[in-house]
Amino acid sequence: MKPRARLVAALACLGLLAVGCAKQAPLSTLHPEGPIARTEYGLWNVVFILAVVVFVLVEGAIVFAIFRFRRRKGDDSAPKQTHGNTRLEITWTIVPAILLATLTFPTVTTIFSLARAPKGAMQIQVQAQQWWWKYTYPKQKGITKQFTNANELHIPVGRPIRLALNSADVIHSYWVPALAGKQDVVPSRTNHLNIEAPHPGTYLGTCVEFCGLSHANMRLRVIAQTPSDFAKWAAGQAQNLHMPTSALGQKGMKTFLAQQCVGCHTIRGTAAAGNVGPDLTHVASRETFAGGIFDFNTRNLRKWLTDAPAEKPGSKMPAGVATMGLSKGDIQALIAFLEGLH
Amino acid sequence: MATITEDITTPAYDGPFRRPTETQKGIVSWLTTVDHKRIGILYGCTSLMFFLIGGSEALLIRLQLAHPNGHVLSAEQYNQIFTMHGITMIFLVVMPLGAAFFNYLIPLMIGARDVAFPRLNAFSYWTFLFGGLFIYSSFFLGGAPQCGWFCYAPLSTMGLPTTIGTLFYALGLQITGVASLVASVNFVTTIINMRAPGMSFFKMPMFVWMSLVVNFLLLFAMPVIAVALFELLFDTAFGTNFFNPAQGGDPVLWQHMFWLFGHPEVYILILPAMGIVSEVLPTFSRKPLFGYTFVAFSGVAIGFMGWGVWAHHMFAVGLGPIANSAFAISTMFIAVPTGVKIFNWLGTMWGGKLRFSTPMLFSIGFITMFTIGGLSGVTHSIVPSDYQQTDTYYIVAHFHYVLFGGAIFGLMSGIYYWYPKVTGKLLNEKLGKSHFWIMLIGFNVTFAPFHILGLQGMARRYYRYPAHEGFDFWNMVSTIGAFIIAFSILIFLINIVWTHLKEQPCGDDPWDARTIEWSIPNPTPHYNYLEIPVVHERDDWWHKKYTEDEQGNLVPALAGASEEATAHDEHAEPHMPRPSYWPLVAAAALPLFGYGVIIQWVFGAVGAVVLLVGIYGWAMEPVE
Ligand code: HEC
Ligand SMILES: [Cu+2]
Ligand SMILES: [Cu+2]
Repeated sequence: MKPRARLVAALACLGLLAVGCAKQAPLSTLHPEGPIARTEYGLWNVVFILAVVVFVLVEGAIVFAIFRFRRRKGDDSAPKQTHGNTRLEITWTIVPAILLATLTFPTVTTIFSLARAPKGAMQIQVQAQQWWWKYTYPKQKGITKQFTNANELHIPVGRPIRLALNSADVIHSYWVPALAGKQDVVPSRTNHLNIEAPHPGTYLGTCVEFCGLSHANMRLRVIAQTPSDFAKWAAGQAQNLHMPTSALGQKGMKTFLAQQCVGCHTIRGTAAAGNVGPDLTHVASRETFAGGIFDFNTRNLRKWLTDAPAEKPGSKMPAGVATMGLSKGDIQALIAFLEGLH
Repeated sequence: MATITEDITTPAYDGPFRRPTETQKGIVSWLTTVDHKRIGILYGCTSLMFFLIGGSEALLIRLQLAHPNGHVLSAEQYNQIFTMHGITMIFLVVMPLGAAFFNYLIPLMIGARDVAFPRLNAFSYWTFLFGGLFIYSSFFLGGAPQCGWFCYAPLSTMGLPTTIGTLFYALGLQITGVASLVASVNFVTTIINMRAPGMSFFKMPMFVWMSLVVNFLLLFAMPVIAVALFELLFDTAFGTNFFNPAQGGDPVLWQHMFWLFGHPEVYILILPAMGIVSEVLPTFSRKPLFGYTFVAFSGVAIGFMGWGVWAHHMFAVGLGPIANSAFAISTMFIAVPTGVKIFNWLGTMWGGKLRFSTPMLFSIGFITMFTIGGLSGVTHSIVPSDYQQTDTYYIVAHFHYVLFGGAIFGLMSGIYYWYPKVTGKLLNEKLGKSHFWIMLIGFNVTFAPFHILGLQGMARRYYRYPAHEGFDFWNMVSTIGAFIIAFSILIFLINIVWTHLKEQPCGDDPWDARTIEWSIPNPTPHYNYLEIPVVHERDDWWHKKYTEDEQGNLVPALAGASEEATAHDEHAEPHMPRPSYWPLVAAAALPLFGYGVIIQWVFGAVGAVVLLVGIYGWAMEPVE
């Protein structure tokens, strides 16, 4: 029976390694930041420890029984025939029930406290669509003019944020593990999720409800900033575009406005007012694009503008060369234009 | 026409068509069989075939995920493969494998010669088979389902590159659902009405108890999913708006209906294995099942409570704190009857004389692995913590510990245990034991890492994951584990072949078993019991062999007592229900209806004719 003992040891090691490995895991649920994720993690710890204790007891008893009560060689006698023991039965019905009952209290109170709208929270609207996120910051304390942004959510640290989530097509799920558990994003309903970041930094997130071809490519990030940095950023986002200065950039802008791009994208301050794709007014201020899967750089932009669906299966942005008929020169110019949109 | 007049003039009216005869051999005899044992074998072999297919799909999934940014499959192929893996393992493997055991064992265990409705039973099998083939034909007819096994609307109805897969899903599961529903009526009736004299409910083997619960669950759960599937079909094929939010439909309605079926389904999948384990442990501990009534009633309790927990699959949907609290509490407490079962199995082993034959190893594997799955299940009920874990690999780990570590290990135990009953031979023990150990190791190497990956934030249903997010190592480990499992299955297949070629017949009671099916010869004669047995005790066969003295010590019963049951050789062979073509014909109509919706209405028209002919022939055919 040695292999079984070895197996138990191996499983224990796995558990330890799990904790160790989590350091390099930016999406880990075991490194909560901020009060909401911490609360959830606290409950996880309680139930996890409880489960481990029960696991050790039950599996221990099984392993014990296996060794202790195995039939020895040559022993053909029959064991004592026991049919049951009512007192024992009632005990092992009641004890787990009581144990679980003690868990209900913190569970239920936490469910309610997480659902409440925090006082003084910043309101941000999130719209999910295949396969990117649109954020609308309405006018409120700290934001002087409403604006729209995509995939990268900027928030001020230390202030609770209340996200109002809605979907334009199928069901998605909004998840930033370090800040809060997930909330499904359901078309025709508005769900809410509270998040709060304690200190500045970038927190990775992702869509976690299967939403079709590029479900794996629907990521996001939350960028938490000090209140003053955030105010600066928000003021910048609320402005119209920065006009291109270079000749190539100006050519790119002309191309953009002459192309189908305008039908799908908005660039505030130009005639482009489409609503199918992300607002590009300040696209160059983002670290990533296309659902957070590509770094914002020239190489990736070129690939994207050449053939978006090849880079991101199913993408609703048509292939630049094959479908929209862009030339190499057009793409060069468009990139120069886009890279100037800080 | 000529046959009709001919037959009417013969004295015994035999129906309007020529009937297959009992003397027929070979393929025709299998196509027309109404013998519950043969149907059980058909169910078993078919689900093992699907198991190999579903397992190959699992290997493809693991190959794709072995490395970050995997290129083995495209996004669409991956979505099809993981969807088909889920559909296959749940609806075409574990459910029908359970049905294989119901078919073969229930009549034997209750001392009956067949099920209540033998032809309906054949109809169930053929419907299941055609339903499975129908779903798989999607690969050649426009694309397999790619909506995931719970096929959430409106993704399934309008958010995919092609929705033809959704049609195959909705119609295919409808067909296999008919099979399950019909079978459940059959088994419930059989268990309630056809028990041998003396076999009161509390003398039934525990497997029969669990089967009874499962079949009641099926009886009530299948209609729920049938309605949901029709609505999904109408939305997808005909543009109705049940789940279409743009037209006032509600996508969450699908989830409620799906999981209202889906959670009882979990117990439909696991309870047969629990029944098997409850038979195997006593035999190999040489002690009766500890706390029989508690085990039976905890099964019944699970059956009832299983209807009140469905929304634990939906904690992140936004049902609000009141609903989430209610379902959290019900989910926590459904762990209690499950725990009771585990403790009673432990109690059965406690103080026994344990023999570690292969069936026993698999049963112990079941208990140890299922305990892990059960405990991770309890962690899901802590809703705020589940907000983090739901839809990650942590959940994937949980349900594989329940459905593979649980259901599959339990069913394997049953296969090894009753194999002699079916074939007259014991599967080779050496190969069986290596099968067990390799599968146990492979299983844990594959699925234990999923707990870690889930806690590290790896989402489900990603056709690829980026490098440097901490997912690389454990995914590689898991892929290696999957191939270890595949290797163990290879050993299992070799064992079957080996046993057929090399092993000797093992006699009638190779395990020194307890229940009455072991009182008759191996392999089971086609009439089961020459004379319907009279049951006096729980574990009646055991009590024919042994008695207990006042101290609870076991003493062999008087010699000859055990022969009593089989000593009536001079009796004529009992008269058995005759084979029939009609279940096969009627079942063949159902996939034609499906193609009628998907390809061309003409198929549906042909299906209608086939069904009418099938039912007509069936109705006009005398039972005897
Ligand atoms: C049919 C509508 C459509 C057209 C036309 C279109 N796009 Fe897009 N675009 C989209 C969509 C949708 C996305 C988001 C894709 C995703 O992330 O899956 C997108 C994304 C982008 C992005 C990345 C934005 C981000 O932050 O994620 C850039 C840059 C972009 N488009 C540029 C262009 C340019 C330049 C053109 C014209 C040559 C153009 N698009 C034409 C729909 C369109
Ligand atoms: Cu999504
Ligand atoms: Cu459930």
